[in-house]
Amino acid sequence: MKKIVIAAIAALALLGSLLPAMPAGKMIQVKGSDTMVNLVQILAEEYMGKTPGAAIAVLGGGSGTGITGLINQTCDIADHSREWKQKEIDQAWEKGVSPRQFVVAVDGLSIIVNEKNPIDQLTMAQVGALYRGEIKNWKTLGLYDKPVSLYGRQSNSGTYVFMQEHVLGNKNYSADMKEMNGNAQIIEGILQDEGAVGYVGVGYLYDENRRIRKGLKVLKISKEPNGRGFLPMDKAAVDSGDYPVSRPLYMSTNGKPKSDVDRFLRWTVGPEGQAVVEREGFFTIGEGKSKAENDKAFK
Amino acid sequence: MRTTGRNLREAAIKAFFFACGIAAVLVLVGVFLTLVATAIPAFREIKIGEFLTKTAWDPTSPEKLEYGILSMLVSTLLVTGGALLLAVPIGIGVAAYLSDVAHWRAREVLKPVVEVLAAIPSVVIGFLGLVLVGPLLAKIFHTGNGLNALNGSLLLAVMALPTIISISEDSLSAVPKAYNEASLALGASRWQTLVRVKLPAGLSGIIAAVMLGLGRAIGETMTVLMATGNARAFPHGLLSSVRTMTAGIAIELGEVPYYTTHYYALFAIGLVLFIMTFAVNLIADIVLHKYQERER
Repeated sequence: MKKIVIAAIAALALLGSLLPAMPAGKMIQVKGSDTMVNLVQILAEEYMGKTPGAAIAVLGGGSGTGITGLINQTCDIADHSREWKQKEIDQAWEKGVSPRQFVVAVDGLSIIVNEKNPIDQLTMAQVGALYRGEIKNWKTLGLYDKPVSLYGRQSNSGTYVFMQEHVLGNKNYSADMKEMNGNAQIIEGILQDEGAVGYVGVGYLYDENRRIRKGLKVLKISKEPNGRGFLPMDKAAVDSGDYPVSRPLYMSTNGKPKSDVDRFLRWTVGPEGQAVVEREGFFTIGEGKSKAENDKAFK
Repeated sequence: MRTTGRNLREAAIKAFFFACGIAAVLVLVGVFLTLVATAIPAFREIKIGEFLTKTAWDPTSPEKLEYGILSMLVSTLLVTGGALLLAVPIGIGVAAYLSDVAHWRAREVLKPVVEVLAAIPSVVIGFLGLVLVGPLLAKIFHTGNGLNALNGSLLLAVMALPTIISISEDSLSAVPKAYNEASLALGASRWQTLVRVKLPAGLSGIIAAVMLGLGRAIGETMTVLMATGNARAFPHGLLSSVRTMTAGIAIELGEVPYYTTHYYALFAIGLVLFIMTFAVNLIADIVLHKYQERER
């Protein structure tokens, strides 16, 4: 018994001695979009490497989770790949939270299939029909006789909501869609499933050598039937809006960002942060509208 | 003087254990009441009949909000039932082997190994289901993918096995030696002794083991969330992608706006889940008591 007590005291003492080694000052808590979690993790690491004393913790969970976190004040920054819903804004104001939103990157939402699938291009309408469950077999669209196997995200995902609003025309997803836990799981599923179709952020298409992952095929998407299709990796097409499912990626704060949070956000939208964004396969925010909106939100 | 000190200590210890016992009851009652209180507001907008019998669940639908849990309920039963079908025979078989057949050296090695199996985090098992069991099932059944109820059942069976094996083995080993010796002396073979004498004698412990295994399987979340595909459609069989009740709660509770019908409905699912596990435990208890009375 005595020995246990001594051991416990020793352990506590050891723990106590370790605590002061932790960085001083407050840890910035970032939570939200799974599409952005890898990107923001790397942004945070680079920033911490260059800024002594900075401490940032990044969590995923989905855009909805991040926004709920900001409303309930359990995080300092919410990452989200969709806009705030009116319901969420109302709830934030009720709780005394006044959200400010910053565009930190641009994503070409990518529609992907297994490489065995001979199809190369889909129209927006066809993608919508696939996900509403109206097309059950690939032979409806081409020569490939395989049942369609839908991979999507869960309702806490910003990508789920974005797809539903912009591609499905605000209609229900097919009840047969497999709801995966994150972008990486969708990719895992598609690599193995020859009838699969899925949607992921453009940053998830690449392997560690910055090549498109083996076994995946990224589809060209066109706005109109017989129209020209574009790939989500095509920066020019995403910037010009020719690629029809591109979207901004956001970070939100409660009110005007302060001290540490402000510095991290300014670094992220600045040249160094944007270089990281580009390296991770996403697109930079450019000098246009997004930048002007960010400047306003910083004030 | 010494005796009063001793009495005081006795009384203090008694009070301490009484408080512990009461605390467990209070926590249970508290959880139940919280669940009921948070679930009831859901039924201001949802008819309880529709909640239990409709198959469509889509509380964030832009078309029509749906709050039917039947698909999730059946999915939970399907996945858990499949897991028990696999884990119970194997578990009891392994327990019988460990207690009766295995050389003591084999037992010394195997039992800790089985118990270590219980320490694997559920997210790791879920990951194995995603990258290993899934593709394997897809190949065997030619289904394209292996994210289905069977995958979940297999993984949950693995997770329930350590509990079932360990407790069953304890209960078989606790059967008095005299039973064994008497049976063998009457000319029964070792097989007959095991099946007709030891298994019935240890049945109460085995039932407890199965129930604890069932409890683990029914409430397990992360593993099924990763391995079963989470499609909301009503399951057509073990090869359908299914979404269990636990997965449904886990997916949606993180983002649900508080104090909305959707929020209350998630607690209502939790209440149904609680009632199910409560019923399982109650039935187990009744069976145990009946059995023990007969034995006396």
